[in-house]
Amino acid sequence: MTVEAEAEAAIPADPHHIPEGADYITHEHGLKSWLTTVDHKRIGVMYLISILLAFFAGGVFALILRTELLTPGKTIMEADTYNEMFTLHGAIMVFLFIIPSIPAALGNFFLPIMIGAKDVAFPKLNLASLYIYWIGAIFTLIAIVAGHIDTGWTFYTPYSMRGDNSAVWMTIGVFILGFSSILTGLNFIATVHKMRSPGMHWRRLPLFIWGIYATAVIQVLATPVLAITLLLLATEKIVGIGIFDPALGGDPVLFQHFFWFYSHPAVYIMILPGMAIVSEVIACFSRRKVFGYMFIAMSSVALALLGFLVWGHHMFVSGQSEYATMVFSALTFLVAIPSGVKIFNWLATLYQGSISLESPMLYSLAFIALFTIGGLTGLFLGTLSTDIHLHDTYFVVAHFHYVMVGGTVFGFLSGLHYWWPKITGRLYDERWARVAFVLVFIGFNVTFFSQFILGSRGMPRRYYSYLDQFQPLHMTSSGGAYIIGVGFVVMAIMFAKSLKSGAKAGRNPWGSAGYEWPHPHNFAEQPVFTRGPYDYHLATERELFTGTDEEWDAHMAKKGEA
Amino acid sequence: MSTEAHGDSHFLQHHYDTPAQQFNAAKLGMWLFLAQELLFFGGLFVAYGVFRSWYPQAWVVGSHLLDYRMGALNTAVLLLSSFTAVMAVRSAQTGNQKATGNFLLATIALAGVFMVVKYFEYAHKFEVGFLPGSHFAPHGVGLAEIVEAARESGVNGVPYHLRTFFGLYFVMTGVHGLHVLIGMFVMGWMWNRNRKGEFSTRYSTPVEMTALYWHLVDIIWIFLFPLLYLID
Ligand SMILES: [Cu+2]
Repeated sequence: MTVEAEAEAAIPADPHHIPEGADYITHEHGLKSWLTTVDHKRIGVMYLISILLAFFAGGVFALILRTELLTPGKTIMEADTYNEMFTLHGAIMVFLFIIPSIPAALGNFFLPIMIGAKDVAFPKLNLASLYIYWIGAIFTLIAIVAGHIDTGWTFYTPYSMRGDNSAVWMTIGVFILGFSSILTGLNFIATVHKMRSPGMHWRRLPLFIWGIYATAVIQVLATPVLAITLLLLATEKIVGIGIFDPALGGDPVLFQHFFWFYSHPAVYIMILPGMAIVSEVIACFSRRKVFGYMFIAMSSVALALLGFLVWGHHMFVSGQSEYATMVFSALTFLVAIPSGVKIFNWLATLYQGSISLESPMLYSLAFIALFTIGGLTGLFLGTLSTDIHLHDTYFVVAHFHYVMVGGTVFGFLSGLHYWWPKITGRLYDERWARVAFVLVFIGFNVTFFSQFILGSRGMPRRYYSYLDQFQPLHMTSSGGAYIIGVGFVVMAIMFAKSLKSGAKAGRNPWGSAGYEWPHPHNFAEQPVFTRGPYDYHLATERELFTGTDEEWDAHMAKKGEA
Repeated sequence: MSTEAHGDSHFLQHHYDTPAQQFNAAKLGMWLFLAQELLFFGGLFVAYGVFRSWYPQAWVVGSHLLDYRMGALNTAVLLLSSFTAVMAVRSAQTGNQKATGNFLLATIALAGVFMVVKYFEYAHKFEVGFLPGSHFAPHGVGLAEIVEAARESGVNGVPYHLRTFFGLYFVMTGVHGLHVLIGMFVMGWMWNRNRKGEFSTRYSTPVEMTALYWHLVDIIWIFLFPLLYLID
């Protein structure tokens, strides 16, 4: 063999090589080709399916809960079952759905494409993270099937020290899920730092990537603290080491400090990716360069860092020191600054933009409105005097649902609609997408706005029964939940129809200037970026063309004739 | 991406452009992993600090109950193993396959010594009832040891939270010991890859990353040893 031939033979086969006429879904077939893939797009799709299943399960638990709460006393189940239901709803939604939702599913799919890389930095580790997620999910399932877990998703001691060992199964499950999250974060940070194509300097990084990056930093730095906390919790339960259980000389408030040191930053793991999607969608559907690009990017980083300093605001009534409460309260208010920076810059981007109100944009605009309500009601809870009244009431429930659902889930849905044609290659029925949006939006506000009122009137959270005077509001809230349910059924049918018989999507159906659109999959060759992702004035006609390739050819032919 | 860039770089994965990019990404990834390890152990150190400040007497007596000679021996063993790990990296970088393998074996052997010493420490504590939390039940020699330790440190009686001290002692050294075992396993894997001739002057990243991990395991012990065995 000649030196050249030897060198040729030594080049590893590119597992991403997709032959002409096929795409990342069709170029290989069979379950095995999926389970052994290292392609970030396929891994992203598998995450997407997994988290949607988790979302479905969590959603069903939510509807069961709201049905039980239609009347005071027993409606359809016993109090013990109810306690299990709200625990499962919370734990599944937080650990199996929201935390991996945007980063692991959409982030995996789009991060490498948007920075012009062939894949994430560590593709095998990426696949391992998915398997770890599945293993964690299995442990969580064991806890559901085998046990009786009714601690709420926070596993507070000493209550979680009583009863059978199902809390341990759940703890191990979440511990494992945590490592999936850490490894994904680690992978994404390395990818953003080391895999960017020429011309993709930090001031050109799409805002989606900035958000995912800031999220990844939290995932790597906060999640290990949850891991050690859960490890200590499980050890405490099995062996009784005397660290969290007061009966053994431990301190339950220490558990709360440990738990919230992770779980407050985790709130930013949940919301930053939502904000990141909104930044992309607002720019695309206003056809404008994002206003205050650097401010939006840096406010993500600021939120990630500030998020580590405010955990004590969950514990104002736990008996922690008064000085600590005052400091935590003051720091909590600081969070409003980067959040406000984002909101105002989005609004400024809309100003004088050429706005079109397609479904992704509707979800993003709803995000801005709902997140603003969720954020501002957070200030009521960060204020010491009002928190004493509102602590552990439905006001808290409404507040974090406005942030987690109105924020993260709406952001996720915005991204799912926006990128659906890119992921599946098909268009969906815009009319039904809007019907689903209207149902989910109205249902959401009916469900949770009534909970603000319930909470401010003193209805405690997690209660099985309540005073008669609360029943009208509880029924309203449950009614809203059913409307959300119908909205999601409509959306599911709409997407299923799109998969089955949707029209073939062009390369760039929204006419976005974003880097992820104009190429069929990843970039065929390593690109050199010469413009920013929101530079509509610099994008070529081909890049912004919304039709299919055939339509483009026809368009060019017509141009040639004229 | 050109053919020349790959050359005989069969170690270069498809999605990287240059070996340097691949190496830098691996290094950053490893440092991020070490950062999360630090936060993981950080939780344990915080718990240690909190309980130490609340129950200083239990902590004083507790540290007297640990055998600092065993701890010191293990510290020396781990420091030496970090040296052999560095030498394994150096040998790999200079393409000395045989020395790389030997230094990896030496590191594994030293890690094994560490675990054996740990085993004897644990065995003694199990024997005399220095068990974590609710299982804490010193008897026989154990009681005598406590009396002696209390006398040495000027504490009256048996502090109740001695059980929490041993709870944390077992968790901290146990989690650390688990990291040692994982390190031994990974170094065995590296030894095998080295035997198959996968490393060269151009490519020794996995050995380097393994050594980084091993240094972290070492450093954590450097903190555990004085905190648990020495200070009172
Ligand atoms: Cu918080």
